[in-house]
Order: sequence, then C-alpha cells, then structure tokens
Amino acid sequence: MAERMLGIQYSTLAQERETVTLGMWAFLATEVLFFGALIAAYLNYRIWFGAEFIAAAKMTKVVLGTINTAVLLTSSACMAMAVSTRDGGGRRAPVLWLIATALLGLMFIVIKGYEYSLEYQEQLVPALNFDVARHGGVAEIFFMFYFCATGLHALHLLIGICLVSWLAFAIGTDRLRPGSTTRLIGLYWHFVDIVWIFLFPLIYLAGRNG
Amino acid sequence: MHGFPFWPATASAYARQIDFLFGSLLVIAGLTIAFVFFLLLFFANKYRHGSKADRHEPTKKTWRWEVGWTAATLVIFVGLAMWGGNLYVHLYNPPPSAVQIFIVGKQWMWKAQHPGGQREINELHVPAGQDIRLVMASQDVIHSFFIPALRIKQDVVPGRYETMWFRADKVGRYHLFCAEYCGTDHAHMGGWITVMEPRDFAEWLKAQGGQQTLAAQGEQLFHRYGCSGCHEPGGTVRAPNLNGVFGSPVPLSDGRVVVADERYVRDSILNPKAEVAAGYAPVMPTFAGQIGEDDLARLVAYIESIGPQPRGGGAH
Amino acid sequence: MHAPRNETYLNATVGIRSWLLTTDHKRIALLYFAGITFFFFVGGMAATLIRLELITPQPDLGSPDFYNRLFTMHGIIMVWFFLIPSIPTTMGNFILPMMIGARDLAFPRLNLTSWYLYMAGGTITIIALLLGGVDTGWTFYEPYSTFYATGYIILAVFGIFVSGFSSILTGLNFIVTVHKLRAPGMTWYRLPVFVWSTYATSLILVLATPVLAMTLLMLLAERVLHVGIFSPQLGGDPLLFQHMFWFYSHPAVYIMILPSMGVISEVVPCFSSKPLFGYEFVVWCSIAIAAIGFLVWGHHMFVAGQSLYASLAFSFLSYLVAVPSAIKVFNWIATMHEGWIRFDAPMLYAFGFIGLFTIGGLTGLFLAALAVDVHVTDTYFVVAHFHYIMVGGAVMGYFAGLHYWWPKITGRLYPDYWARFAAILAFFGFNLTFFPQFILGYLGMPRRYQSYPPEFQIWHVLSSAGASILAVGYALPLFYLLWSILRGPRASANPWGATGLEWSTRSPPPPENFDVTPTVIRPPYEYDRGVPCMQAKNG
Repeated sequence: MAERMLGIQYSTLAQERETVTLGMWAFLATEVLFFGALIAAYLNYRIWFGAEFIAAAKMTKVVLGTINTAVLLTSSACMAMAVSTRDGGGRRAPVLWLIATALLGLMFIVIKGYEYSLEYQEQLVPALNFDVARHGGVAEIFFMFYFCATGLHALHLLIGICLVSWLAFAIGTDRLRPGSTTRLIGLYWHFVDIVWIFLFPLIYLAGRNG
Repeated sequence: MHGFPFWPATASAYARQIDFLFGSLLVIAGLTIAFVFFLLLFFANKYRHGSKADRHEPTKKTWRWEVGWTAATLVIFVGLAMWGGNLYVHLYNPPPSAVQIFIVGKQWMWKAQHPGGQREINELHVPAGQDIRLVMASQDVIHSFFIPALRIKQDVVPGRYETMWFRADKVGRYHLFCAEYCGTDHAHMGGWITVMEPRDFAEWLKAQGGQQTLAAQGEQLFHRYGCSGCHEPGGTVRAPNLNGVFGSPVPLSDGRVVVADERYVRDSILNPKAEVAAGYAPVMPTFAGQIGEDDLARLVAYIESIGPQPRGGGAH
Repeated sequence: MHAPRNETYLNATVGIRSWLLTTDHKRIALLYFAGITFFFFVGGMAATLIRLELITPQPDLGSPDFYNRLFTMHGIIMVWFFLIPSIPTTMGNFILPMMIGARDLAFPRLNLTSWYLYMAGGTITIIALLLGGVDTGWTFYEPYSTFYATGYIILAVFGIFVSGFSSILTGLNFIVTVHKLRAPGMTWYRLPVFVWSTYATSLILVLATPVLAMTLLMLLAERVLHVGIFSPQLGGDPLLFQHMFWFYSHPAVYIMILPSMGVISEVVPCFSSKPLFGYEFVVWCSIAIAAIGFLVWGHHMFVAGQSLYASLAFSFLSYLVAVPSAIKVFNWIATMHEGWIRFDAPMLYAFGFIGLFTIGGLTGLFLAALAVDVHVTDTYFVVAHFHYIMVGGAVMGYFAGLHYWWPKITGRLYPDYWARFAAILAFFGFNLTFFPQFILGYLGMPRRYQSYPPEFQIWHVLSSAGASILAVGYALPLFYLLWSILRGPRASANPWGATGLEWSTRSPPPPENFDVTPTVIRPPYEYDRGVPCMQAKNG
C-alpha cells in the first residue's frame, strides 16, 4: 500500500480531511438548489392547478413507490454501516455493506424501470404517447414533472451506485487507505436518499390522505 | 431633422404624475451624483500625494458615519418605493365605467376590437377624456403593448388575459410599440394610438361602416358554436344559465369562489374542467384550438352584455 | 522547499502539456485569462456591429433575423462567457490563495476541470452561433424560444449549461479554500475585502447557478420534446419560466459586480495609502448584497403579469438591496479623505468605477419605482442602466484589477502614460455611448429593435460615436500590456506599496506562492502615516 502524498495546499492530513468534507457538503448544497428549483416549480403548479394536479398524481404507482422508499432507506442504513465499520479501519465488513448498498440501489432502479414501463403501457409518458384527450393537459404537465424529477433522481442514484461499487472494489483490493472517501460517498448516498424522501410524498402521496 | 428630443409626448394626467416622480428622481439622482463627483474631485485634488493638506490621525469612530448615511439612504429609498408603488396601484384600479376594447397581439401585429364591432390593425382610436380599459390576449408568444405617451405598458402572455387602463386627455397621434421581443419583425410590430375629440371620435366610429356590436357578434357565435344548446333554458344538458352571471361570484365544485370576469369566461371556454360551477357535472367540452382569440373576445363581450351591470359593453 | 531565486510559476516547467495539464492556480488563471479575453472581443465585435447598425433608423447591415441573432450573441457571450467568470476565474484564481497565504486552492484538479468545462461550454456556444445563431435574446423567454424560434437554441443552451458547472465548481473551490486554507494568523476579520467579495460571489455561484441548470434543462426538455411544464397550450405558465430564470439571473448580476467591488476595495486604500474606511461595514455589505440579491428577482417582471402584491414586495426589497451598495460608495470616498492619493492607472479605473457605478446604481432607483418601471422597462433606459453597472462598473473594476495585479502576475510594469490615457478614454467613450440611452429609453425607444422611428436617431448617432471611442479605450491595453511582457521593466515584489500577503512574495511568484508560509500579524490596509504595514510578519 503506497504512501499517499499530501497536496501542496495542505499542511496536515486532518486539514485535508476537513477540507474535502466541507467540499462535499458545499456540493450537496448545490444539489439542494438544483432539485429545489424543480420542487418549487412543482409546488407552484400543485397550488395553481389544485384538484386537477392531484387527480393526475393519483395515477402514480404508490405501492411500487412505497417499496422503493423502503429499499432506499434500507440502502442508506447499509451505507451508514459501511461508514462506521470503515472508520474502525476494517476492510471486509465495509465491503460487504457497500455491496449491499449498491445492490439495493440497483433494486430501486429495476423497480423504477418496471414502473416506467407500466406508465408507458398506460399512455402516461409525455412526448412519447401521453393521451392528452383522455387525461388533460394538466396531467401531462404533472407527468413531465414526474419523469424529470424521478429521472434525474435515478441518474444521481446510478452515479451513486457506480461510486459505491468502485469504493467496494478499491477497499476490497486494498487500493485505498482508510480515510475520508467512504464517509464522503456516504454523504452523497444519503443525500440522494433524502431527495427521494422529498419526492415520494410530494409526487406519490398527493391527495391520498383520505 | 428632429432636433434633440428630450422628453416624450405627455397625453394623460397619469403620465404627468409619472413625469413628476421621474423628475424628482432625476433631481435626487442628480444631486447625489454631483455630490459624489464633487467629493471625488475635491479629495483627489486636496489629498493628492505631495499636497500640504492637513492629515491628522484619521478618526476611529467610523460607525457614526456608517449609521448616519445608512439611515438617510434607507429613509429616502423607502419613500421612493412607496411613491412608485402608490402610482402603480392606480394602474390596477380601472374605473367601472371604462369602455372596454379587446386587443389581440400576434406575430407581428396588433388587432383591436371596439365594443361597437369596429376593428383596427396596428392602430387604436380613442376619445379624449374617456376611461379606456384594454383586455389583451396573445395568439402566440409574449408581446407587450407599450404606449410611451401614456407611460404604460403591459406584457401580453399567451394563455391568459391581461388588462390595462388609461384616460388620455390630449388629442394627438402617439407611438404604439411592441416591447417584448417576439421574433423577426418585433421592431415592426407597432403603430399609432390616435386620441380624438369625442365628437371626432364618434364620427370616426360611424365612418367605419355598419357592423354589429362586439356583443351582437358574440351572440351569433354563442349559437354557432353550440353554447346555447346547453346554456340556454330548454337546453339538452344541464348547464348554468349565463344571464346575470358576469361580474358576480361563482361558487365552484371544489369549494372555491371566483368572480366571473373575462378571465373566467375565457378559461371556462378553453379549459372547462378547471373551474366547474358547484352543483354541475364537468361535462362541458373544451374549445381549445377551435376558437381563436378574436372570437373569444366576442363571446366574452356577449356574456358581459347579458350580465347584471354591463360594464361599458355597449357602444361608446 | 525553497525555489531557486529565479524560478517562477511561469518558467518552472515548460511545454504545452505543463500548461494544459497544470494544477497551479496561477497558470489556470492565465488559461482563463486567454478565454475571457477571446470572448470579450467576440462579444465586443457583436456590440460594434449593433452600434454600427443603429446609426440609422433603417436596417443597414442585414436582415432583422441577423440583427436579432447579433444582440442575442452579444448578451449570451458577455453575460456567461465574459462577465460572470471574468474576475473570479482570473484574479480570483491567481490572487485569492496568495491573499490568504495558501499555496493553492483546496481542489487544484477540480480547478483545471472547471477551466475545461468553461472552454467546452464556450466552444459549444460559439459553434451554435457560427452555425447560424440564436435569436431569442439572452433571456430565452418562452414560448418564443421553445415553440416558435428557429436557430441553434438547443446547442447554445447546452453550451451555457455546461459552463454553468464551471461556475459552480469554481465557487465551491473558493468557499472551501477560504474556510480551510488560511495561513496562521489570517483570521476572518483580517481577510482583505477582495477575499470577502469573492467569497460572497462564490456563495451566489454555488447556490444560484444550479437553479439556472434546472431552468435550462426544463427549457431544453420543452424544446426537444415539444411539450413541457411551461407550455400554455397545456395550461402551463410562461411566467414560471421567467421566475425560474430570474431567480438565477438576478443574483447573477451580483456575481458580476461583487468581485469588481472587491477590486476597488483593494485599489482605493492602496493608492490613498490609508486604511479602508469602515472595513467591517464593507465586509457585511458584501454578504448583505449576496443575500438580499436572492430576494429581488421579480423586479424584472413588474409588467410581466405577476401579482400586484408580488410587485410591491419586490420593489421594496429592490430598494433594500441598493442600500449596501450605497454604503460601499460612501466608504470608498471616505477612505480617500486625508489620504495620500496617487493617480496610477488602477486608481484612475477605480475613480471611473465609483462615478459610473454610482450613476448606474442611482438609475436602479428609478427602475425599482414601480410606476416608473412600467414606462421604462424593456426600453433603452434599462439597457443604459445595466451597461453603466456592468461595463462602467464591472468592466472598469476588471481593468482596475488587471492593471493593479499585472506586475505581480507577469513581473513586468506597463507604461503608465498609455494606461492612464486608455482609462480616461474609456471613461469618456463609455459615457458618450450610454448616457444618451437613458434619454432614448424615457422617450420610449424599445430594446431589441433594429429599426426605429427617425426622431430617435440623434441619440443613437451620439451613442455609436461614443462606442467607437470606447472601443479604442478597450483595445489599447492589448497593445501596451503585450509590450510590457516583451519589453517592460521588471517589477519588484511590491511596486505599489500595498499591504496584502500577495505583495510580500516576488513578482512573478514562485510555483508555491511563498518561499516560506507567511504568518499574518495585522489586519489589511494598515498604513502608518502613509507608510504601508505589511500583513505578513517580516513582510
């Protein structure tokens, strides 16, 4: 295992660790604004269109969405375990937890893909086959939001899965010294989870409280 | 040669109020700029390197100055905000007796429809001293109806009505511009507002030739598009009777109450499922894509004319 | 550890790869400088053609479509590829780490990535413009841009989208650097105002640009798919696009002006040999401008059809955001009081900035007054207002910083006579170009018009005459700055007698900025009766 050189901008390892952690938090702040803009636009229409928008929301697959929420939350728990066992300097335990995380993430993607295929069959995909005559223009706007929001989320999740898989490989083959990388990727993973926790009630649970 | 024009034509009392506010802003800004420039030049000279000015130890109590000029600035700014806001609110309170003219903007022309049915393209004739309310729609992209002489403009957004009102009091011919970029001929999408003496205007109206009033044209459309089939008594489907509806509050099926203004009428024609009247089934078909803005204006004028208080919907 | 006496960041390594793969923030700054200068002249060329066209009321230089593409190109290039990156990526990159006593930014490789993203975005947009361009205006209002406009909108918007990531990552780099890499003794209240300004700018870069990213993504979706969340035919709201667009684009103008204000806060104390008046106030005004700047976007929409109450709120907040800027102007002037003022080129640009920014800022008061705005919005009044701030302000600040730090960056001195001449020429040329536009605006001359009523011509002629003078004022530095690199006298470590950490190392600096990491022993801008007290120990 090679000794890693400290960049010239750092004086100590602790400083480097703090700096990259702050960097990740700053990056996550940008992601909050990125998804936040979409969510704000969604909320604007939810209030503006009222009942029509909620009627469209009821066409989402709440059972699959709920399963996916459980899957993602569990994956976050696995990620947290990976971080904590890695902090102790371990190799085997974190790798197993990371693999579990990635697999659960993949499960989310698969279920999401299945969900999208159902929506395609029901002619709910804007620009592809959305049945405007039957559902109305407002519903098409709702489903634009649905696909953009869940699609962007899935893209971020895929990136997370790649990062987690790479991390499992790097730790398992001893290419990575114990440091802040696991924690950083953990932060990213938890963030992607939190985005879903906002999207799920907004999109799936609208109007389903009675 | 046109010389050096410094000030636009001023064709209404409101415009004069705007000019007064603008002039006051000019004075405030001018004094401030003069003061800043004076200080800069004065200090540049007095304290230039090598000058014999008195430079005793600079004051450490800077916060007195800071609080002072911050407070002064805030007071002036809040005053200006209130002044500008107050005049602006005036634009949102059209008198109920205003004569209503429908404007449709499309690439790249303005169409006007007077209540008497007279139509104009890129021109608008109005009588001096009369409150005029414009109800404006766009057929395609965002435009903006701008009359510099009256100091007013309003963006015209596709998919909704925008309104604007004025009372011109000076006879003359004034520029009309489109002020929101809308494509190739944006710079040519303009024309003229002609303010006439009321007598001359009445003659102008007559000279446009006999045509039905906007409301009468609307009534014909009301039958032609099949609206009367449901909305008149004895219709096949149970639909709200529209007599006396315009301008009144309408309870909706989702509990809200909206006022049946021109926006509501237009939206009900194009997207009837959005605001269904309470107690009625959402069975009205949509006419989106079938009725252009010109015809929508006629229908709105008709519905208004059978409302409880026709708001200038008749002839001038 | 200690670089040899004659080793600088310029000659430490040679070859094109050592530049294109560098992680040295100083070299990256120069890479940016090349790009910024290129885009400035492309945008400037568009401006030249616009002003030539507008000399007469009729179309002269081409069809309306050509003119519409010209002003769109001018706006897009100047906003996203010149103004927004200008000071942060050049002087921010070069000077900020030195000012805080660091050896590089927190994430040097990310810094290089940011440059490649900027160049990639710029290239994509230039290609779009060369292929035939875009005619929507830099504001891309829909439904025109999504359903009606022809042109290479998807490509141009994608180019802007890519360069947005450059902005975000640069801002992120600066924020983390300022938090974590300050030298011993460099407390927050000992940071030069340029650092604070860049920090405030970076907060906006990081928080506002993602909103632009999402807005452009939604715009692209609507244009590509012919259906979208703004489509009026589906019942969507064209105003939602405007809200999302301006939520970014208003803070964006503070991205453009805050760094320039930071430069002025460096130049004025230095050339007055006096501490900055009210340092803490100036610092918190920078933060206040960034924060309140997020709350005023609706003042671009007073006639757009938003609610009356929204307009009233935005008007009030717009007046509020003007207050910290006014405070800064007072503080700069107060700094000169009882100073020892020198009139080198940086200071002349600073004087120009203060004067022109004050005029531009005061005209902002006109625009924030709701009823006045109804008349002058979408006219040349607004065009004049923002050019006073962005050109009279931001670009003057850019030139002030360029002339101030040039000796540090290049190790050479430029001929002061030519520099001062260019500054004065630019000042007069600028005023002649843009002051008539205030008059045009109140007269009612709308924006984005190729042809106009003949009574407006006299002001357009004056404006175009001014533009020709301004162009010379901007072109001159190309010559004498280039000359200085080839033949200028060598600069010492601190040719201006300033106090910051960057002046306690050689010109040009060694690759790791300092031979020994400095220790900071005092606040910035301390002068003992006109004699600078360096921030660094043994400085």
